[in-house]
Amino acid sequence: MVYSDKVVEHYNHPRNVGSLDKSSADVGTGVVGAPECGDVMKLQIQVKDGVIVDAKFKTFGCGSAIASSSLATEWLKGRTIEDAEKIRNVDIVEELALPPVKIHCSVLAEDAIRSALEDWRRKQDSNPS
Amino acid sequence: MSDSRAVYLDHQATTPVDPRVLEAMLPFFKERFGNAASRSHAFGWTAEKAVDAARARIAAGIGADEREIVFTSGATESNNLAILGAARMYKDKGRHLITCATEHKAVLDPMKYLEHEGWEVTVMGVDAKGHLDLEALAAAIRPDTVLVSIMHGNNEIGTLHPVAAIGALCKSRGVLFHTDATQSLGKEEIDVETMGIDLLSASAHKIYGPKGVGILYVRRRNPRVRLEPLMHGGGHERGLRSGTLNVPGIVGFARAAELCLENRAAEQAAIGALRDRMQARFLKDLTHVHVNGDPQSRLACNLNVSFEFVEGEALLMGIDGVAVSSGSACTSASLEPSYVLRALGVGDELAHSSIRFSLGRFTTADEVDYAAGRTVEAVKRLREMSPLYEMALEGVDLKTVQWTGH
Repeated sequence: MVYSDKVVEHYNHPRNVGSLDKSSADVGTGVVGAPECGDVMKLQIQVKDGVIVDAKFKTFGCGSAIASSSLATEWLKGRTIEDAEKIRNVDIVEELALPPVKIHCSVLAEDAIRSALEDWRRKQDSNPS
Repeated sequence: MSDSRAVYLDHQATTPVDPRVLEAMLPFFKERFGNAASRSHAFGWTAEKAVDAARARIAAGIGADEREIVFTSGATESNNLAILGAARMYKDKGRHLITCATEHKAVLDPMKYLEHEGWEVTVMGVDAKGHLDLEALAAAIRPDTVLVSIMHGNNEIGTLHPVAAIGALCKSRGVLFHTDATQSLGKEEIDVETMGIDLLSASAHKIYGPKGVGILYVRRRNPRVRLEPLMHGGGHERGLRSGTLNVPGIVGFARAAELCLENRAAEQAAIGALRDRMQARFLKDLTHVHVNGDPQSRLACNLNVSFEFVEGEALLMGIDGVAVSSGSACTSASLEPSYVLRALGVGDELAHSSIRFSLGRFTTADEVDYAAGRTVEAVKRLREMSPLYEMALEGVDLKTVQWTGH
């Protein structure tokens, strides 16, 4: 597998690796994938006044999966919830120059973003402030 | 990561040509370029003489007669010739074949091909160490069984099958026994007589010889094995394999085999000691390390390890410069994790986390230490960013988690 420079860069210097407090009301957590499929992504967002103020990830997967989730957290920080929903896997494919065989990594990253947003929204519905 | 020294630890994929082998081959590209089938001049006679000498040397190394060695393009062709050739020749005896789940694709795929042509194939399962059950094998043999094909040393996990016991069983039941010895020739002792082997495949490039040349040993007596050829043409190799002989390759194969046999026990002991050193380092420096295969009955060069919570391809990326293989789906064309590890019941998540290190003649202790150090460092770094490792540390049983497969 030959990787694009951007994938290698994210792999070597992943942005925003870590965890946020998943029990916190302003944190949304998405965990997607499965170990037997070879990739699991955990993506978390912290939201204040409709804006994502922090994003963290942890990924079990190949270099392209790590780069996709690293890039996703980079893009999420500072975005409004509405703008975060607009991130599409094709944008990740383009930015990282992922080959066809690695497109599923970008799909997983998009799924992780959606799942984190959903989790956050669920918390807002059940704990109206 | 700026530091990326090249270390080759993928000797079960292929080996460098030993300089002494290359030296033996060179005249046959230059002044001794003749066609071994040219009977009318000295160029041909010289080539034929060299091929005969090579044949005798290789035969002696496995306890065979020189007339029992057929030169091919490699072990894939040898396996195809053995399996397709025997099945078609003996189709009137029966149409049942037996093999094992951990065989190389060059054995499994010809078997599958024959299934489409109406043969029935029994694929023996293996235990957690990669061994098949000999009693189950005995029970699988039927009156219409033509051939049993079980490899000697496994290419992924290194597990050694008890070839002599399988040979004796096949002999007692009147069934032909083929073994793919591609990974074991020159490394393990092989004697086709005492081991009851009827057909044996091997390749030069796994033993510091050139690519593109292999052998098939075909027993001539007790019983005389007959095969239907795959290649038709000039009738070379007693009609079993038409095609101009690869004279430099054959000369190289013989020299490579000779060098392996000269020093076999000592060389394998040295390689095994380095392998053990590497394995010990992983077990000392890391937790959640699983050695795949049989730690005892294993090729000395092989170390197949799963580093739990870390994906294999990501790990390969982290040890760039160190050449190894992974059982991860991401590194295979099929996008499936290793079927060999699956057959052992290793579990897909650990198969995705597996790395095969295979050491060779020129591997040094320094290289092993460097590669092990890089690996340990990369595993630790990747675990820091692995959600699975985090969950395991929190005491979550990963088997109880509802995953969203995709």
